[in-house]
Amino acid sequence: MSVKKSGQVLFMIMFTCLFIFIAGCSTNQEDSRAETPDDEVENTEVEDSGEEVEVEDDQIPVGILHSLSGTMAMSESSVRDAELLAIEEINEEGGVLGKELVPVIEDGASDWPTFAERASKLLQQDEVPVIFGGWTSASRKAMKPVVENNNGLLFYPVQYEGMESSPNIFYNGAAPNQQIIPAVDWLMENKGDDIFLLGSDYVFPRVANNAIRSQVEAKGGTIANEQYTPLGHTDYNTIISRIKEEDPDVIFNTLNGDSNVAFFKQLHDAGISSEDIPVMSVSVAEEEIQGIGADVIEGHYSSWNYYQSTETPENEEFVSSFKETYGEDRVIGDPIEAGYFMVHLWAKAVEKAGTTDVDAVKEAADGITYDAPGGTVEIDGENQHVAKTVRIGEVQSDGQFEEVWNSGEPVEPDPYLKEYDWAEGISEDLTDE
Amino acid sequence: MEGIIAQIFNGISLGSILLLIALGLAITFGLMNVINMAHGELIMIGAYTTYVVQTIFINYFPEGLFDWYFLFAIPAAFILAALIGLVMEVTVIRFLYGRPLDSLLATFGISLVLQQLARSIFGAPNVGVQSPELLSGAVEIFSMSFPISRIFILILVALCVGFMFYYFYKTGNGRRIRAVMQNRDMAASLGISTRKVDASTFAIGAGFAGVAGMALTLIGPIGPTLGTAYIIDAFMVVVVGGVGMLLGTVAGALGIGVFNTIFEYFTDASMGRVLIFVLIILFLQWKPNGLFSINTRKLD
Repeated sequence: MSVKKSGQVLFMIMFTCLFIFIAGCSTNQEDSRAETPDDEVENTEVEDSGEEVEVEDDQIPVGILHSLSGTMAMSESSVRDAELLAIEEINEEGGVLGKELVPVIEDGASDWPTFAERASKLLQQDEVPVIFGGWTSASRKAMKPVVENNNGLLFYPVQYEGMESSPNIFYNGAAPNQQIIPAVDWLMENKGDDIFLLGSDYVFPRVANNAIRSQVEAKGGTIANEQYTPLGHTDYNTIISRIKEEDPDVIFNTLNGDSNVAFFKQLHDAGISSEDIPVMSVSVAEEEIQGIGADVIEGHYSSWNYYQSTETPENEEFVSSFKETYGEDRVIGDPIEAGYFMVHLWAKAVEKAGTTDVDAVKEAADGITYDAPGGTVEIDGENQHVAKTVRIGEVQSDGQFEEVWNSGEPVEPDPYLKEYDWAEGISEDLTDE
Repeated sequence: MEGIIAQIFNGISLGSILLLIALGLAITFGLMNVINMAHGELIMIGAYTTYVVQTIFINYFPEGLFDWYFLFAIPAAFILAALIGLVMEVTVIRFLYGRPLDSLLATFGISLVLQQLARSIFGAPNVGVQSPELLSGAVEIFSMSFPISRIFILILVALCVGFMFYYFYKTGNGRRIRAVMQNRDMAASLGISTRKVDASTFAIGAGFAGVAGMALTLIGPIGPTLGTAYIIDAFMVVVVGGVGMLLGTVAGALGIGVFNTIFEYFTDASMGRVLIFVLIILFLQWKPNGLFSINTRKLD
């Protein structure tokens, strides 16, 4: 190869990489509000997809549709584990309506069309009355038309960007008002009202920061700066120089994925401790902390609805049975807990309705409560989200969180931010996404 | 003033990281013309080696010695990456010399294999490497603080570059390597075993990638896909510097580092990245052979 061609070669390589990168990003990006990878990935070989599951008269098939291969497998297989655990518990107690639950497991393969295709297979061929599944917003959006057209039911476990309310989906993760807004309020009350916004450069952080900006300004705070870095960015020196110059009270971090590792390591190396400028993150959970290193992120904050360390009797039981079933070294995060309790919620709704018929279950679901590991959750029949307790945790040296604040009671879901005056206009922006 | 000095330091620091990740590629791509898409995965191997060395230190050595694990991690990362590079060369690359497009595809395939291997062994989530106490924190000079990890990387890069220059320009092996790369037939006719030279050169390039991986554990994530984040930067540096020129790689890395930091400072991170690519595209129009190039009469 000639030296002169090297320029062309570079662009060829860049093109190839770009392609791969974009493919990768579409995953990262879409799982936006949902990055809580959880542990032990490689046990994904559970069941081959497409298998016929024999269902007898005294059994009810239920669909489980998560990515068990591909990039999202690392996060989603843990949620599947939690759902299976819940199904097992329900069966031990006699099942639902006296019938045993039989999980029909499908692999969404981190590929959104596959999610749609597998969902319709579950609904049409296996005739499951409910699907527990999804993680990324993209996978949810792929399954949405399928469950709507087949009048199926989808229980979705992950916190997300809000602004959605399908009649056939129950949203068990946090809406923005159950995670971000309380976190900003807490920061302004306890840590200062000059806030530096830092996020990955794609739709979610930009939209979220838009909302945060309105919220902060409406409450008399200031935004020190608003900075975005490309997905996968690894050099935060210049951002850190800016942070030093602006000297904000707090940093609100909507970075996604690997960038968090680089950012926290470099922040620590620059000598900025959590005492100087605390960072509040919304996509750093127990699993990410293992990759960042607890010594580096110790003292910073996250906002979720559940931590492995949450002190409820239900959680003690849940953590011990999860670890007993899947291994001592597993860590548990927010979406895993949501995956666990949403199966119980559905089972209770079915018991109340007396049938697995979708319309009857939907109607019965309003007001159903369950004592989840993270506190009591209650289904809001109108928007089909759940009311759940908001918790702010401080990272400890062992990589677990210590709760420093909670909402005391479950916060009603408000996916469209209707209750906030400052959010007018933002709702429309968000709905366009 | 302080801001400017801090930014210059940031620029040089970014340049040193770019240089470190590009050093190995300057050999495998620069000298040997293998479009080595698995370069990033060799970096990843270095990073995971560091993780393993650290784990061994935590489990089997007295606590007081923990801080010194990185001194063992550097040679361990070099050797392991070099060995894997050697295996790659012997089994795949050697059939692909002079066929850049094929080598692109083959090494890309190898990179996927290595990623999956890492995933199977260590799991898909990132693993944590704890920075040694010695290298964390910052030193204060005239009320400005410089992260020690960055200074360490600067020194490490300087040592690596020094070693490479010494090896390539002052030793018999280095002379043989340069002879083979410049004129293979002539070198062979003078009794140099070109096969051995090819294999050892590729292994050395891979070894430097491993060292880069070790250093990156101080500042970035360690996961199976770590390499993909750095591969474009590495190629960028080598091409801008001038393929085949070690000195060019050094100049290219520092240039890109400083300009990137300046652009980022005056715009933002995404825009800075765009501007640096615009600059490189324009630059390659002006000097298609990179900063430094050999004048050659060779037809191709």
